[in-house]
Amino acid sequence: MTTTDPREAVTRAHREEWARVVASLSRRFGDLDIAEDAAAEAFATAVERWPTDGVPANPGAWLTTTAGNRAIDRIRRERKREHKHWEAQVLSDPPGSGAPAGAIDDDRLRLIFTCCHPALSMEARVALTLRLVGGLTMAEIARAFLVREDAMTRRLTRAKTKIKQARIPYRVPDAEDLPARVTSVLAVLFLVFNEGYLASGPDTGPIRLDLTAEAIRLTRLTRGLLPTDGEVAGLLALMLLTEARRPARISAAGDLLMLDEQDRTAWDVALIAEGHALVRERLVTGLAPGRYQLLAAINAVHTSARTMGETDWSQIVALYDQLVRIDTSPVVALNRAIAIAEVAGPDVALALVDRLENPLVGYQPYQATRADLLRRLGRGREADTAYGLALDLAASPAEAAALTRRRRLGRPPGA
Amino acid sequence: MQYLVSVIDDTAGLATDEEMAAIDAFNDTLRAGGHWVFAGGLAAPTSATVIDNRGEQAIVSDGPFVESKEHLAGLWIWEASDLDVALKLAEEGSKACNRRLEVRPFLSE
Repeated sequence: MTTTDPREAVTRAHREEWARVVASLSRRFGDLDIAEDAAAEAFATAVERWPTDGVPANPGAWLTTTAGNRAIDRIRRERKREHKHWEAQVLSDPPGSGAPAGAIDDDRLRLIFTCCHPALSMEARVALTLRLVGGLTMAEIARAFLVREDAMTRRLTRAKTKIKQARIPYRVPDAEDLPARVTSVLAVLFLVFNEGYLASGPDTGPIRLDLTAEAIRLTRLTRGLLPTDGEVAGLLALMLLTEARRPARISAAGDLLMLDEQDRTAWDVALIAEGHALVRERLVTGLAPGRYQLLAAINAVHTSARTMGETDWSQIVALYDQLVRIDTSPVVALNRAIAIAEVAGPDVALALVDRLENPLVGYQPYQATRADLLRRLGRGREADTAYGLALDLAASPAEAAALTRRRRLGRPPGA
Repeated sequence: MQYLVSVIDDTAGLATDEEMAAIDAFNDTLRAGGHWVFAGGLAAPTSATVIDNRGEQAIVSDGPFVESKEHLAGLWIWEASDLDVALKLAEEGSKACNRRLEVRPFLSE
């Protein structure tokens, strides 16, 4: 028995053991639904029992055993008449019967790949991953995505039914399929992160901010399970280096601040150090970097500069040159143009930006970038119009305030 | 586990000779791998007839039950251990018949 506070112990066990419990039960019983319910019941039992019985020496094993017993109870109830052979098989493999640690880790990896299977819709993948791997409640997930709880529950139920009916396997993909399947997992984690990060305006409650923390936690977990995968490391580094700047992103007045307006001493030094170490780790492999690794490297350059003026823009342009070769999205081209403005001047950048009008005309950062470039070129009237277009597309009051502030910079004094 | 694989077509044309040859070769790999259950091409949707005998009298009407730009041009039934196996086959199959495929499980148990 440990001397820790039981409530704290349950919270910690939930954070550290939830995915493991769900994953090992999913493999044992071949049913995500049973695994999820049994895990939830086991944690509820812990909340009840640990304060009086004491915290078990090995909370993970206790939870797995308890959840396993709950699952067997449920299966017995549901399948009383038939499937005797199946019950016997389940019972002959009692919980905690010496499965090696490696196999348990494989279970969590199986769970992640199943939840992020490309045959599921992106919304379903996000809901499944946050519930089954992350252990968030349906109420928390629903609130985070501004969806009603019953709608989110239906979404999750539908996804679990598809997994069962279409027989989406509970398996780590073959080496041949692994890169594509990892990409699918990372897309889910990045979406969760962005959902939290982009929403982190002044009017946003702490729930959405939790999504960035949750995304980082799940990406750390994935990295622990796939330590040699470059893109997993790249995404984790990208998240850490983005998260590191968050304290400086909002002004005391609640406005969203651009990179050149941020107080860099407010950046989180520990997160930056961890992100930089990951980027360096990938560099020494000498392997061609993927999309996330390049984005992380770009962020590493930004976070290496003590001032905006110290930024090594030619390095950033070189990284964007690599990125546009593997990611043809116009958004990447836009960001490359922003970096080029710092190296070759706003006129060169504007010519590149103008070419992106067709795909990006309704994209706020496109209009905002154009406006900033026009302002820097002294084309005040055009800049003013472009700021107007950007403001129409602003997604939050914080974004709008930042645009209005920059718009004023371009107007002659007193205008 | 069996999957219904529907061939989705948005053209009026039948498969070309080249496509037919590729489909034949693909069917051979299905048989060799133990996945082949059934395969068949369908005549144009306009050749369909709908019968409704849920009421007192059978009603026969001309044409497909649903008018759409895309139609079912053919189908396979495959035996596969799980969806990943079926999707892998579907990648090959889509290439062979040069059309989109929908993979849908039969109800099991």
